[in-house]
Amino acid sequence: MASFVIRRTLYAVVTLLILSLTIFTVVRLTGDPVTLMAEPGARAEDLDRIRVEWGLDRPLPVQYLSFLKNIATGELGNSFNYEMPVSTLYFQRLPNSLELALAATLISFVIGIPAGMISAVKVNTPWDSAGKVIALFGLAVPGFWLGLVMILVFSVWLGWLPTSGQGGWQNLIMPAVALGWYFAASLLRLTRSSMLEVMGSEYIKLARLKGLPGYVVVALHAFKNALIPVLTLAGVNLVVMINAAVIIEVIFAWPGIGRLLYEGIFQRDFPLVQGVVMEAGIMIVVVNLMIDILYAYIDPRIRLTK
Amino acid sequence: MALATEWTRAVVAGASPRAAGLRRRLRRARELPLLPLTILVPFVLIAVFAGVIAPYDPTEPIPGAKIFEPPFWMPGANPDALLGTDFQGRDVLSRLIFGARVSLIVGVTGTIVAGSIGTTLGILAGYLGGWVDQVIMRVTDAWLALPALVFAIFLATMVGPSMWNIVIILGAVYWTRYARVIRGEVLSLREREFIKLAEIAGASRLRVIRRHVLPNVLNSAMVLASLTIGVVIIAEASLSFLGVGVPPPEPAWGSMLADGRSMLMVGDWWLTVFPGLGIMMVVLATQLFGDWLRVRLDPQLRNL
Repeated sequence: MASFVIRRTLYAVVTLLILSLTIFTVVRLTGDPVTLMAEPGARAEDLDRIRVEWGLDRPLPVQYLSFLKNIATGELGNSFNYEMPVSTLYFQRLPNSLELALAATLISFVIGIPAGMISAVKVNTPWDSAGKVIALFGLAVPGFWLGLVMILVFSVWLGWLPTSGQGGWQNLIMPAVALGWYFAASLLRLTRSSMLEVMGSEYIKLARLKGLPGYVVVALHAFKNALIPVLTLAGVNLVVMINAAVIIEVIFAWPGIGRLLYEGIFQRDFPLVQGVVMEAGIMIVVVNLMIDILYAYIDPRIRLTK
Repeated sequence: MALATEWTRAVVAGASPRAAGLRRRLRRARELPLLPLTILVPFVLIAVFAGVIAPYDPTEPIPGAKIFEPPFWMPGANPDALLGTDFQGRDVLSRLIFGARVSLIVGVTGTIVAGSIGTTLGILAGYLGGWVDQVIMRVTDAWLALPALVFAIFLATMVGPSMWNIVIILGAVYWTRYARVIRGEVLSLREREFIKLAEIAGASRLRVIRRHVLPNVLNSAMVLASLTIGVVIIAEASLSFLGVGVPPPEPAWGSMLADGRSMLMVGDWWLTVFPGLGIMMVVLATQLFGDWLRVRLDPQLRNL
């Protein structure tokens, strides 16, 4: 177990190093990040001043090491506009993004899991086809467009819900549906295939042979085991939703991490953009590592293979 | 022995078992997927012949037209602009038609870029193994760690907006899935007899890859590609919506949605509904087509 944890942790560190190198390279790919930050038409002296101020006049390896140092200290450098560490800004916004992501997770559970179970239990019936249609629309209807259409219907035409901002549940419901929509479809697909796999296994056949009623087999025996991969996906989805809800947060003026990234783009605040992207990567890698270790802890087969 | 040599020769010459399967299976495909094709064929035709079909220049206001005119069946409509006009008095219908072209170009070429990078790296990682495999897979892991859209937004911000930049960016973001799947296939392929025989017969690595490995992973690559197009189209629309995608005045469905957003509050729904319907129908059709292709070409991929 210890060697598994060490190996996986090393992988995670390597992943983050490659990620940091990628981000570092991309920022300097187009030449000079200073031109991204400065106002168009800034004078050469101003560009030089910014360059020195941000340490961009130093050799690249030195710059990279200081970027790594910023990551290691957890500060991720200073935002150009806010003049404070990116990590501070990120963690200020985190509770808002978490609130939205949890609500979206709830929505995706409420739609995805029952629909996936019904599809699996009634496989190859009209119920299953209905499930497939939901899954298909989940992929094909962009969440942000769904958000816009919901604003049109529920805010503009019916006047039931506020169009944007943060507040009570009324503010939360449309962005949560728009964000959770796509993930509901992915949960549906996984619940269905996971249930189908479990329903075909020996112990379910045994439960049926024992004469247990069908709903007991499904609810108590199959569902419990089919849930493991589903909950894992939900965990990964949650982290993705926290960090990747850019458009939904922009549309609904939700003050989360996605909006922070968007503001960074339009204020030419490249340390902010770079820092938020890195922070998102760190969060996802760490959560994946924790899930891996948890899995290995629960299921010895995982830590013994590979 | 003579038989074995014969077989070896045939194998080295490139007649590997599953390679011929692609064409044969496609030919056998009598039941074409009607629903996706009824959407995709007109979509491609509209995109290709946009210049002929569109009534107006999509980047210029219609002379004499007002801004935000409603579609033809609503009161106050302009009979010259069937689906109304946008915030500059440009023809919404013409912009939708040219927007289809942008979606098609970015969707197809972005997918080709992603597929080429991913398939190449996947084959190299799987076939060569060792440190090449390690390096490629670690990079894949790192790139997969970022949510695709966040990564694409980041790249687009840093590289600057243009349609071809977006193609390259989306290719650079979405290759990872191909690399993973193709590598897995190559790993099992590498152990198969016909590959081993080709190696024993003295074929160079490059030749084995070209003649034996590549043809046998093309099925999977094509299935993945058909399922990636929709994802790429939505990603392009998302980037354009945020203003880091296809730059104005070029008509892209995503930027049309962004333009229409301000008028949503006063109920000008057509600026929001039409481009979104376009995206939805095309992505729906590519997904259905991809599902059909998957069942046709490779039943093993059904759970992908």
